[in-house]
Amino acid sequence: MMQRAKWARAFAIASSLVLTSCIYNRQSAVDPAGPQAGRVDTLWWSFFWLLGAIFLIVMILTVMTLGRRHRGFEQEPLAIRHKASDETESQLRRVVTGATIATIVILFVLIVASVGTGKANSELQQKKNPLTIQVTGTQWWWQIQYMNSDPTQNLTTANEIHIPVGRPVQIRGASNDVIHSFWVPNLNGKRDLIPSRITSEWIEADHPGEFRGQCAEFCGLQHAHMAIWVIAEPQAQFDAWMKAQLQPAAAPQTPAQIRGQQVFLNNACMYCHAIQGTPAVGQNGPDLTHFGSRRGIAANTVPNTMGNLAGWILDPQSMKPGNHMATVEVSSTDLQPLVEYLESLK
Amino acid sequence: MTASQDIYPQTETLARDVDQLERSWRHPRGVFGWLSYTTHQAIGTRYIVTAFIMLLAGGIEALMMRTQLMHSNNGYLGPERYNQMFTTHGTTMMFLFAVPMMEGMAIYLVPLMCGTRNVAFPRLNAFGYWMYLFGVLFLYWGVFTNAAPDVGWFAYPPLSGPQFTPGKSTDYWAQMITFTEVSALCVAAEIIATILKMRAPGMSLNRMPLYVWSLLIQSWMIIFAMPAIVVASSYLLSDRTVATHFVNPAEGGDPLLYQHIFWFFGHPEVYIIFIPALGFVSAIVVAHSGRELVGYTAMVLAQIANGFIAFGLWVHHMFATDLPQIGEAYFTASSMMIAITSGVQIFCWIATLWSGRLRLTTALHFVYGFIAIFVLGGLTGVVLASVPLDLQVHDTYFVVAHFHYVLIGGAVFPLFGAFYHWFPKFTGRLMNETLGRVNFWVLFVGFNLVFFPMHILGLKGMPRRIYTYSPEMGWDHLNLVATIGAWVIAIGGVLFMVNFLWSRKNGQLAGNNPWDADSLEWAAASPPANYNFEYLPAATSRYPLWVAREDRAVVTGTRNERREVLVTTLMDAKPHHRYVLPGPSIWPLIAAICVTTGFAGSVFNAWYITWGTIISGLALVGWFWPKRPLEPADD
Repeated sequence: MMQRAKWARAFAIASSLVLTSCIYNRQSAVDPAGPQAGRVDTLWWSFFWLLGAIFLIVMILTVMTLGRRHRGFEQEPLAIRHKASDETESQLRRVVTGATIATIVILFVLIVASVGTGKANSELQQKKNPLTIQVTGTQWWWQIQYMNSDPTQNLTTANEIHIPVGRPVQIRGASNDVIHSFWVPNLNGKRDLIPSRITSEWIEADHPGEFRGQCAEFCGLQHAHMAIWVIAEPQAQFDAWMKAQLQPAAAPQTPAQIRGQQVFLNNACMYCHAIQGTPAVGQNGPDLTHFGSRRGIAANTVPNTMGNLAGWILDPQSMKPGNHMATVEVSSTDLQPLVEYLESLK
Repeated sequence: MTASQDIYPQTETLARDVDQLERSWRHPRGVFGWLSYTTHQAIGTRYIVTAFIMLLAGGIEALMMRTQLMHSNNGYLGPERYNQMFTTHGTTMMFLFAVPMMEGMAIYLVPLMCGTRNVAFPRLNAFGYWMYLFGVLFLYWGVFTNAAPDVGWFAYPPLSGPQFTPGKSTDYWAQMITFTEVSALCVAAEIIATILKMRAPGMSLNRMPLYVWSLLIQSWMIIFAMPAIVVASSYLLSDRTVATHFVNPAEGGDPLLYQHIFWFFGHPEVYIIFIPALGFVSAIVVAHSGRELVGYTAMVLAQIANGFIAFGLWVHHMFATDLPQIGEAYFTASSMMIAITSGVQIFCWIATLWSGRLRLTTALHFVYGFIAIFVLGGLTGVVLASVPLDLQVHDTYFVVAHFHYVLIGGAVFPLFGAFYHWFPKFTGRLMNETLGRVNFWVLFVGFNLVFFPMHILGLKGMPRRIYTYSPEMGWDHLNLVATIGAWVIAIGGVLFMVNFLWSRKNGQLAGNNPWDADSLEWAAASPPANYNFEYLPAATSRYPLWVAREDRAVVTGTRNERREVLVTTLMDAKPHHRYVLPGPSIWPLIAAICVTTGFAGSVFNAWYITWGTIISGLALVGWFWPKRPLEPADD
């Protein structure tokens, strides 16, 4: 009895370990945060239990064949030495036929469930008042553009998307160079971003949270370091964020920040990066107008801290080898002001 | 043609016939002679050995990848080297190991199983091998000169185009495809001709062993699928070398067109690899359960259906490209249909094993391992056929797990089973069974350690083809397990090679038919003579060696002083006429060198197409130069 309780406890601990290791994640297909991912998650678990049961049955039958050795064939006459009796043969054929019919029926159910889920997920498009965001994949970062019929409300940022909870969002996928794939598993499946095409995908968050995504189509050297955050927040908070982001960059306040801005504008930085409200309007790299408010550096390769930023500017190739950011010679006295300036761009 | 009392007439005519056969099928001597071999055993062995070396190369690449992913932020391989490793691994395993290995086994076994002396076109067979070998050398020349391909084994443009991947690496890759496809098409043509026209008298289509059926289906699939990949790789190559812009979006080309053509080949390719392996399974199940297969007709029809459906589901590799929903639903249904045809075969094998008199040999161990792994891989395939689920797990480690379950479970486990099963036929000795079982269990445990955790990693958001990941992702433990498993598999591979080398010298002598198996190859000596059979056998049943001895028949009256075989009718295999096969020749090698000059040179300079074509034409003139017949055409 004691033994049994011990086993049960061990099993409970083991299974909870497995389950938690399966469930924890902010980049997980089985921890849905929106209606699309939720439907897919439901579909996944119904596939899982059904197919898992089939697997178990087939395995049990397969193992049982091992226990049925030497079923008296020696006694049978030579002519049918390599066969079972007619009765057994026709029984086996009936079982095979039955199993095949069962397979067909189960697959039919799975097809209906799967197509139904796909259809339900696409129906979000009919909802009113969607938010449209264009995501443009670039080696190896994401350009984010909030599209609005009012051009003053258009916003360009990078590597981080904010969305209001409960509002459907259309992601328009585009690419500047090679094929990438936009994938935030907690919200929905992936959609390729293909040069010369616009693709579309709908996401919606049903609770606030921060969800990570990552490029899912191999796109070259730094495919591994092309991550994106989607931050779902209540409408009011989202509106406030939007309002702040639409402002031009904050003017530098401290002497160090003022110096930092000069360093930025007097170096090659401005040829690739834009900071709204300054002469820097480069388009090759991420828009830095509100860089200080973002969570990560280099498409979320590392968290956005002063130390990481200094390391990134000094030697981008060691943090993310092969990336396209030029190494700009910045003297050690200029580095600190530059970092302070960039981090002040909230 | 006579039916004799015994399978071999025990008279002095036997000695005379064997003497004549020995002389007419003798290999030429010397290095030059070795390069001229055209017997199917020799060519098949060359394929198998070369493909096995490629398996080792691909395995070493896999070990390097797994070592890199052992823990987060590992600095063992940089991104460049890692990308080269996964591309070369995939390319090697798909193009240079799996398909050629299956072809090599077929070249060796099909003529034996059909009861004939060689494949239908022996010189074409030699040419195909040389093309394959030169393709191997061409790709690995790139690998060892630091120009290994690094754009993935399906090389999607525009990443693989001249703008984003300059240099020669992708050119080597694309042209290597052409080499191996020429080789595959040669093999397909001769396997089809051999099966349809050179079967033993009496071996009507409905008496063919399932392994032969699987090769017939696979060869037809090669003929329909391989031209597509040659088109895709040639689009890419000409975009890269002469700026044709077929698939370059910057100039109005279409990158999705490439994906369609690639996967129109790429999906059937998977079945090209595992359908022959299912043939191995059938042969092993029948021989080692000592009974006829349950549902022979259903199995044949299921395999044929598999071959057709394989061409109707390529789009499930492209669900994420935003195709219209109605098409997606069709491809979901067609992809799931594969589960029906595969299910029928699994059910038939289980039913056969259920009612068989099992000898639990190593070969049969591998069949059981195959069933466990392949069924799981098939079920995750059903998951991938569903569009909403596929959009989540596509291009993640879930897919990596799936296709390794299908390909290693569906092809490599049966292949190892086949090695254990036919090794006595190839070498005359049995492999060590004790070591064989250890070998099986190490491989089985290692395999599941590597690939099972990958399902969970995929659901936890780990995309494939990333060279590193950060510790916050929570992927460390499962990746470590997978890496440990990879090293366990490596141990399994070493055990196999040890067993192979030891048994070749010291294994127990096998005799003609150590397993009391049913099919005609076990009537030949072990290892078979160059001419396979002293007298061409006839098949009086679907299981010709299981009929009572007095009912077996052989063909007499063919001429043995030349390489003569019997051509039979397509459906019923009635004797039709005698046919003389060509003997050894150096021309296939010369032709292959000339074609290689054109193929390889064109990567560097387009003019090589011209020079290569001219010298290849001259080589073919030499190859087909009419020779004075040695003697009157027929008597």
